[in-house]
Order: sequence, then structure tokens, then C-alpha cells
Amino acid sequence: MKHRYLPLTPKDQTEMMRTIGIDAMEQLFQDIPQEIRYQGNLPISEALDEISLLRHMRQLAGKNADFDQYSSFLGAGLYDHHIPVVINHIISRSEFYTAYTPYQPEISQGELQAIFEFQSFICELTGMAVANASMYDGATALAEAAALASGATKRKQIILSRTIHPEARQIVHSTARGLHLEVVEIEDLDGVTNLEQLATCVTNNCAAVLVQSPNFFGCIEDVKAIADIIHQHKGLCVVSTNPLSLGILERPGHLGADVVVGDAQPLGIAASLGGPTCGFFAVTEPYMRKMPGRIVGQTVDREGQRGFVLTLQAREQHIRREKATSNICSNQALLALSASVYLSTMGKQGLQDVARLNLQKAHYAAQRLTQHAAFSRPFLAPFFNEFVLKLPDRWDMSQLQKNLLESGYIGGYHLGRDYPELQNHMLIAVTERRTRTEIDQFAAVLGGMFP
Amino acid sequence: MTKPEKALIFELSQPGRVAYALPDCDVPEVEITELIPASYLRSVPAALPEVYEVDVIRHYTELSRRNFGIDNGFYPLGSCTMKYNPKINEDVARFSGFAKIHPYQPEETIQGALELLYTLQNDIAALTGMDQVTLQPAAGAHGEWTGLMMIRAYHESRGDSRTKVIVPDSSHGTNPASATVAGLETITIPSNARGHVDLDALRAVVGSDTAALMLTNPNTLGLFEEQIVEIARIVHEAGGLLYYDGANSNAIMGITRPGDMGFDVVHLNLHKTMSTPHGGGGPGAGPVGVKQLLIPFLPKPIVIQRQDGIFTFDHERPHSIGRVKAYYGNFGILVRAYTYIRTYGPEGLRHVSQLAVLNANYMMHRLAPYFHVPYPGVCKHEFVISGKQLKQYGVRTLDVAKRLLDFGYHPPTIYFPLNVEECIMIEPTETESKETLDAFIDTMIHIIKEAETTPELLLNAPYRTTVRRLDETQAARKPVLNCSCN
Repeated sequence: MKHRYLPLTPKDQTEMMRTIGIDAMEQLFQDIPQEIRYQGNLPISEALDEISLLRHMRQLAGKNADFDQYSSFLGAGLYDHHIPVVINHIISRSEFYTAYTPYQPEISQGELQAIFEFQSFICELTGMAVANASMYDGATALAEAAALASGATKRKQIILSRTIHPEARQIVHSTARGLHLEVVEIEDLDGVTNLEQLATCVTNNCAAVLVQSPNFFGCIEDVKAIADIIHQHKGLCVVSTNPLSLGILERPGHLGADVVVGDAQPLGIAASLGGPTCGFFAVTEPYMRKMPGRIVGQTVDREGQRGFVLTLQAREQHIRREKATSNICSNQALLALSASVYLSTMGKQGLQDVARLNLQKAHYAAQRLTQHAAFSRPFLAPFFNEFVLKLPDRWDMSQLQKNLLESGYIGGYHLGRDYPELQNHMLIAVTERRTRTEIDQFAAVLGGMFP
Repeated sequence: MTKPEKALIFELSQPGRVAYALPDCDVPEVEITELIPASYLRSVPAALPEVYEVDVIRHYTELSRRNFGIDNGFYPLGSCTMKYNPKINEDVARFSGFAKIHPYQPEETIQGALELLYTLQNDIAALTGMDQVTLQPAAGAHGEWTGLMMIRAYHESRGDSRTKVIVPDSSHGTNPASATVAGLETITIPSNARGHVDLDALRAVVGSDTAALMLTNPNTLGLFEEQIVEIARIVHEAGGLLYYDGANSNAIMGITRPGDMGFDVVHLNLHKTMSTPHGGGGPGAGPVGVKQLLIPFLPKPIVIQRQDGIFTFDHERPHSIGRVKAYYGNFGILVRAYTYIRTYGPEGLRHVSQLAVLNANYMMHRLAPYFHVPYPGVCKHEFVISGKQLKQYGVRTLDVAKRLLDFGYHPPTIYFPLNVEECIMIEPTETESKETLDAFIDTMIHIIKEAETTPELLLNAPYRTTVRRLDETQAARKPVLNCSCN
């Protein structure tokens, strides 16, 4: 058969087989026992020519409601931020995206320097001493932080705030089962971690307290108070954060965090049904050699010129095998690159500006929506770009979403999915992409359903 | 021949420059301290670079020019399947209907995405001979852990406390590492003289504590485990399960299936077999397929099709090991893999594997007169040779790899698997032409001649790269891990 990705002509194949000393391709597979040979053609999707394939894929894509057609007020960990156009041009350079892990540093200085810069960006944003080359996503990074804390403290209990993203909590639970760790969940009080309950739960058996700020409800946690509580018992304070919020919010590293993780999706990464995104992972100096994943370090070549290499590899699976700090073998290099290009593009002023726009627009939306008598905000803690709106009791979520869609809006997240007590509560995100007109109309459409 | 040092993006910063254009705030602004207490606010702005758009573009373009990808040249990195990354995959994944959608949108607004996931689940199940597939795992190692967690849950559900995972000494490092994070212990068994699983060694360690055997087939030496059916019988009779590390699936598509060999769980690396780009180290995707007995334990949710044709996420899975990845996996990568499958179809994928194997065997035969070939005979998609004969000239495999850089090649995998001395592991893939293979082989032969006559040429290589050999010891002893701009 002829195919555009396959170069070997029948003539090539014949010559090559002659070199090998065989007459038929079949002879290359004689080591596979007959009883397990597959007969016939696999029942999988059929081949399409390029025109038909593009048509088919456009058709599938066309069945999805996307952010170009609808204004989204949906966040819950994944946001419709503006992606500066330069990013796609950079990550489309195939020297970056068709490369493997930079194991041969002499021909991978571009990727290595890009990762070194990413690590620098993350340290600068979070106020931490060291960052790694990235993780699968924010949720798995949080789970790895729990593993690090357990390993570093030789303790088996993890305290998890219920205000953390529900899916991230599920992944921490899955991971903890693997590592035989005990997980204790702390309730929320008025939308933030219940500090009183936390104080009574934390003991000298706790490896770490895991919190998210801004948390899943959008509320900003008192990280310093939480860090103080766990530090009294010599456990670690692990903070998951939204990196875009750090344009205006205090660095977790200055509030007492020992590990800071999060998802870099808000930094120029497409939502893409939730993946791929990019987790980041940063620690204070003492935990440097306990970090999971790849790390790039600066060094010199034999002529004394600056260069970069993968380093501290004695922690990793390809060296340590079953004694490694983690089984992770890849990172999200291309998306870490997206985040770096984003932060380079926004720069010192731009990141503050975009964070401020999110803050102002979200507060305007909150104020606008709560002008309607049927709506209120149950949680009064300070928030960044996302807040909880209480709707009247007894309403049909799917009908409401449908009405919003008909008006061109993707509504917020229904919190009742994860929090039974919040059945009639919607989590609303407002990014810099939303205009005042959209916010006003969204409020009018939503309000119109509850006359 | 090296290039001058490239400034860090932070070093280009000039106060007052910008590279962004945000809208003015169109809502009434409130003083920030009225919204957020001062103690929560950042006391010092992040010291991000102040550059303009041309700086950003030139900086990252220059970095890209200091990097080597498949589009730059031949990349025969063993066990990594560095095949061509089709451009249509990239275009399609960027369609708004795939790139700009949210996982929490109402399901009726993402039916196209769910249909794609559902079809891909079924295609991967058929390809691997499994009964059901999860697309959640983000990478191969993540898939391994997911599979082992299911195996653990299966044994526990039967009141069976099995904790041992058997791996051959030629296995990928992720195998034992994944076992550890799944709360299991690893037993490593030696390979026999022919590079295969040693059945006596296997029989000696299997027992009532065996949770699973993890295997790649073909293995990391590029050899098909001819005794696989017997291996499966030994493990199953002891009550254990078989895990298939799909890193080497490029050799067997449409030819044989892990499910038919006797495996109970399999992961595929879509960034290897299914052509999705490696991205400089990620993102990948590591879907996991299972046989009937493990379906209840799959991570949730799974995409199903209802009787009325509507696609939906099935969250009602009480025995599930839980969630392993936020949302539904690396969807953008799954879109690429599905697109790839549709450029080939069933016959095409079988042809892919045949040509990948042909290319590997051709290279092995042409290199055999010049290198020690520890496992002669037929190989699959990759093979190993040893550079041990070069030691007489004071040259090692590492030096051969570094010299290859000067000729514009990415070197093969070296020093893996660990059980072959001075190992060189070569995987050409099916997307390379005979001319490319011949040119590479001729270069390898040339380098051997250099080793014999002028070994110092190899010892000091490379010469034509961005930098010369780097001091890795210094990097690890005195770690400089960021530019200390803070």
C-alpha cells in the first residue's frame, strides 16, 4: 500500500529483505506463535483520505459548543482566558514539539533553557526556592506533594481541605490508597477551610495539610494561619494555587508554604476538554532533592560556556527504579513552554493588569447578579475571579443551562454535583475576556428565569 | 562551531517595554484593598521580564534553533518510537470545537468530543485485544500505575493479599517505580542467555503472593517473547495477572494483540505508537485497556453510548479505583491519536508495524559486521548492539553517541537495557527511508573507523553543536535551578 508517511517502495522492501536474507516479510514474524497471530483486519475505524478526514474531524468538532461561539462563565479549575497569539506560533515550531526529552543536552539547549526559564518563572511567581520542569496537571501535582510530604516527614497522615477542587481531592485519595496513606478531610466554614477544626485535627502524625487558595469556591484562604497550625506540629504546608492570581495575591512562599503546586492552564493553555494542561511544583530549599519529576540545572561546557542539563537525576525512576521519589517519567514540556511564553508576553505589568481585570470584572458580576432579589452570595470571604451564587431552591439545572445556551452563554458550575448541601449553588468564573455587556446580559438572562 | 551564549529572557528585560494588549477595564473599578485585605495582596510585583513582542518571538525562535526534533533529522531513539508527527494531527487538535471546550459543559454541548473518545476507546480495545479502555492516564508511567492499582483492587476484592510484582531485569525503570507507588513490591528476575524471560527464574518466584508480572513484548531488547503463552499460563495458574507495557507496540499492530497473548491489562503510549508529538518531554497519553475481569475497577468516568445514541460519562462505578487524572485525560492528544488511526485504518496500521520491523532488521544486519550483536536472529521494531569492542581504543558508547551529534543525528538510546554491556538501542520506525537508514549506517561505520584511528576525535566530541560536552557533575553538586531573579 502507498501512504504519505511511508517511504519504502516495493523495490526498497525487496532490496532490504535480500540484505537480511529473507524472501518474505512473513519471515520477520516467525517468532510469534501461530496461535496468537491475529487473522484478518482489526475492527477499528477505517482509513480516510485527507479531504474526508478533515471533513469528518470538522464535523465532530462542530458538534461541540466552543468559546468562540459562546461566552463562558464556567471555570471550576479551567478558565477561558485570552491566549496571546504569539504562543501558538512558538509551540508550533517543530524543533520544540517533535523533540523528545532533552537527554542529549548538546542538541537540546533550546528546550533545556526553556525549562530553566519556566522553573525561574514559577519560583518568581510562587516565592519558592526551587521548581521542577512540570507535572501532568495541577491535581496530580497536589497528589505528588502529599507523597513528598509523607516521604519527607516519615508520617502517614494527610489532611485535606474540602475546599480543594473535588477532582484533585479524588486523585489525592487514589494516590493515598496506593501509598497506604491515611487522608482526613477538613470541613469548610463560610467557604473557607474551618481553621478551628483544622487546629484540633492536626497532630504530630500529620505529614501535611493540603489547601487550595483561591479555593474551589473562589475564596482566598488564610494560608498563613494554616501554615502556622501545621508548622507547630512539624508537618508541611502544601498550597495549590492559581498562578494568574499571583499577579496580585501574595506569594504562598511568603505565607509559609513548604510546597506550592497548581495548574498552569490559566497561563496561555487551551482548555481542550481539560487536557493536556501543565502542573507546576515548587518547594523550599530543604525539599529540593525530594521533588518528583525532571529538573534542569545550569552548568558549563568544557569551554566554560553556560549550558543547561537535566540534573539531580538520582531521584528518578530510570536510575532508582523501585526506590525513586515518583514513577513520573515525562513532564508537560510543551505546555510549560506555553506558560513561559505567556509570562514573557504579559511581563511584570501585564500579569498585574490581567489579574486586576479578572478581579474587577468578577466583583462587578457578583454585584450585578446579587442586585437580583432571587440571588445571593453565601460566602463572604474575599475572592479573586470566581464566586458562588445561591439560586432559589427548586430549579432544574439542565433547563437553566439550556436557557443560557440559547442566549449564547455557557453557565457556571453546578456545585451540587460535589457538595450535597450546595444543590442550588452555581460557581461563576469571570475572566478578562468577558465584557461588561456580556456580564450585564448574562445577569439579565439568569435573572429573567426567576422573575 | 558552537554558538554564543543565549541570554535568558529575564536578561533581555528593559523597564517600560510591553508585549501585550489588554482591554481597558470596562466595569466600574473598586480600590483593590476594598476587595481584598492588604495582608493577602502581593507586596512586591513578580519580577517578570519587560520585553516587546519581537523580543519574545526572536528569543523563543532562537531557542528552537538550539533544539533537535524529528523534523530536523533521524531520531533512532530506542524504545521511544520517534516516528513522524503528522501535521494534520496538529491542525485538527487546534479546531475551536476541540481546543476551546470545557469538560463541565452540559454533555449535549460536547457530543462530538464524547463520540471521539468513545470511538477511540473502542479502537484501542480492538487493537490491543482488550474489553474496555480508559483514556484518563496522562502518560505511560501514569497508565502503569493505573493498571497496577486495578490489579491490586481486583485481588483485594477477592480477599487475596498479593503484593509482589515481577519484572524482568530488562524492563523500563517506570515499571518497578510504578509498582512502588501502587503500594506493591518488585521482584526482578534475570533474562536468559537469549534475552528472554527465564522461565525457571519465573517459576521460582511466582506464588500465592504474586500480584502481577509486568512485561513488554517485544521486550526492550527488541525480541518477541516466544514463550509468552507459557509465561501467561505460569502466572495465571499462580493466581497472578499479566500487565503489558505497551511501549513497544509499534512492532505488533494488527499482527498480534496483548489480549490474545494472555495479558489482562495493557497501556499504550500514544506519543509513541500513535504518532502524537513528544513535545520535548510531554504531554503524552497512556490509555489503559483491561479484560472483562478488571472492568469494574477502571477509573471513573468511562464514556458510554446510551441506547438512544447519546454519548455520556458513566460515573456510576462503585468498584472503581477512583479518578487518576483531572477531567478526562489529555484530550488534545487523544484527538491527535484518533486522527492518526484514521489516516491508516486497520490494514495501514498492520503495514506500519511490518515496515517498522523491516527497517530495524535491515539496520541490524547492516551493522552486524561492525558491532557486537548480543542477540542475533530476527528482531522486532528495535534492536540492541554493544559498543564493548571499542573499549580497546579507550572509547565508550557514550562517545559514539556524542560523535553522532556532529553528523546531524539524534543518537540511539544508550546504556539501556541495563543487562547489555555498553548498550546501543536503535529504533528506526517505519517513517524513515532506506536512504536515511543507509546514510546513518555509513556514519556509524565511519565513526568506528575514527575510533580505531583517532579515538580522541570521539572522546572530545561533539564539536558542531550549540555547546560542547557539559559538566553534569557540577550541575548536581552545586545546583543552580533558576535564574535567581527573585
